Amino acid sequence: MSETVLRSRSARGSRLGSVVTHAVLVAGAVAMIGPFVWQVLTAFKSQPETASVPPTLLPREWLWSNFSDVFATLPFGQQLVNSLIVAAAVTVGQLAFCSLGAYAFARLEFRGRELLFALFLSVLMVPKQLLVLPQYQIMSGLGLLNSLPALILPGLFSAFGTFLLRQFFATIPKDFEEAALLDGAGRFRIFFSVMLPLVKPALAALAVITVMHSWNDLLWPLVVNTDPASMPISAGLTSLQGQEWTNYPVLMAGALMASIPMLLAYLALQRQFVQGIALSGTKG
Amino acid sequence: MTQLATRPAQQHADARRPSRPRRRHHSAYLFIAPVGLGLLVFYLYPAVSTFALSFTAWGPFGGNTFTGIANYVGVFKLETFWSALGNTLLYMLIGLLTLPFAILFAVLLNREGLHGVTVYRALYFIPFITLPVASGLVWKWLYNGDFGLLNQFLGIFGIPGTYWVSNPTTALFAIGVVQVWSQIGYYLVIFIAGIKAVPKEYWEAAEIDGANGWQRFWRITLPMLTPTIFFCTIINVIATLQIFDLVYVMSASATANPAFSASQSIVSLFYEKAFVEADKGTATALAFLLMLLIGALTFVQFRLQRRWVHYV
Repeated sequence: MSETVLRSRSARGSRLGSVVTHAVLVAGAVAMIGPFVWQVLTAFKSQPETASVPPTLLPREWLWSNFSDVFATLPFGQQLVNSLIVAAAVTVGQLAFCSLGAYAFARLEFRGRELLFALFLSVLMVPKQLLVLPQYQIMSGLGLLNSLPALILPGLFSAFGTFLLRQFFATIPKDFEEAALLDGAGRFRIFFSVMLPLVKPALAALAVITVMHSWNDLLWPLVVNTDPASMPISAGLTSLQGQEWTNYPVLMAGALMASIPMLLAYLALQRQFVQGIALSGTKG
Repeated sequence: MTQLATRPAQQHADARRPSRPRRRHHSAYLFIAPVGLGLLVFYLYPAVSTFALSFTAWGPFGGNTFTGIANYVGVFKLETFWSALGNTLLYMLIGLLTLPFAILFAVLLNREGLHGVTVYRALYFIPFITLPVASGLVWKWLYNGDFGLLNQFLGIFGIPGTYWVSNPTTALFAIGVVQVWSQIGYYLVIFIAGIKAVPKEYWEAAEIDGANGWQRFWRITLPMLTPTIFFCTIINVIATLQIFDLVYVMSASATANPAFSASQSIVSLFYEKAFVEADKGTATALAFLLMLLIGALTFVQFRLQRRWVHYV
């Protein structure tokens, strides 16, 4: 009976409501995206134009030279490549190592499992700044300062990744493994051909989180790689600020180029990003 | 052959099964070895060693001597430590503003039949996925005292602007705002998921009882969301206590920016001590104190949750 009454009442309410809703959401969107738009526009302006009062919205003349100037000032291309290599290596390594460990913790019984797992969890709770000095000494001892392995090595291993994947492995019914065991498959075979495909969504989520962390990380690269040629793009940008601090168009062009790979990744993999965030819950 | 015995399907492999004799898998150690050894070398050993080293004076080439709590006493005597501590706590408080914004947008985006949810979510998410260093640079430009867009905008209303990040009274807030702005998208995603998990019948029942939207929000959505809010508060506090990137990029160095000490965080002070001044004893003590602070504030939050978090 009241079904229709209810619906019409809420429909009337929601028409006004949806105008207000969109108004608030649009205002929010402008605040969120505004700086980014301004960055893009500034990246195309000439330096004198950025100092004009009142400011121009659109560039009087669209200058592409700011983008090439970034490459002239810094080994910017090299740094982009560094970031890509590091992100790819760290992600592949983490997926491989963490999934192996996670599988064992979730599916195999062995002596000391609880203790080992507790040890893994304790790593999760330590802030990474606490580790930076000894990590730096390890890298220095290995003669790896100012090299890409210095950026990659610590990132290959993750207690968080192991924990996340373990939760997924644990929810898979035993039957899948047992069928394979009956067919005479070994543990590694089962892991690769049966279990890994079943946790693909979790692997995708972990990959997204790992790529983002790796791409965005600043403190560790600043510490281990002080040579511009071996820096990732995050650290490279900060040095661009030192050298070109008055030249905002060039700075904005650099900032834009450094952000674009991650933005493209997001557009291509929205679902994995959102799922990764929903699953993660650890990120500064 | 015990593995082949039939038994009811189990949700969790690690559930104890006392009735069945255990089979131990020695291959498990091989599976765990790569990540285990990596964590041991690059995480556990450094953690223990930082703790040990915070009680020593660092020689230039090893050769550390035990000095008891001298490093800690030294830190407490540092004026910059106390200002960095105060700043960091302020960053934390400002950072918490992220959550009400994220909740507001999440609630609006969960309205039934709303168009463009994916577009809005993507737009709100962009600040979170752009490189933090890049965001810091962009905002620094917006904050620029001479040509920054913010001052131009305020000028329209006749409000005098300032040099936002080099004015000691505004620098910290200016940086804090960027932190909030960049994190909203992340928490938005979590809150959207949280609201989706609330059973629809609750709102329908309330609507039949004549509750308006406002009442439904305060009486149903918000209480049902408290576990998510609790989770986000924990994560957010831990993250903002470790703020570094934005401070580093926007506040630059002590010589360049008069507002440096007014906006420096504990981690940026740590970086300064460890890698600019090469004062590693002080740095390790700082790092350890930060961990204690994070631990203490997390503990307090867990204690307080009984008062306000509703679990169904």
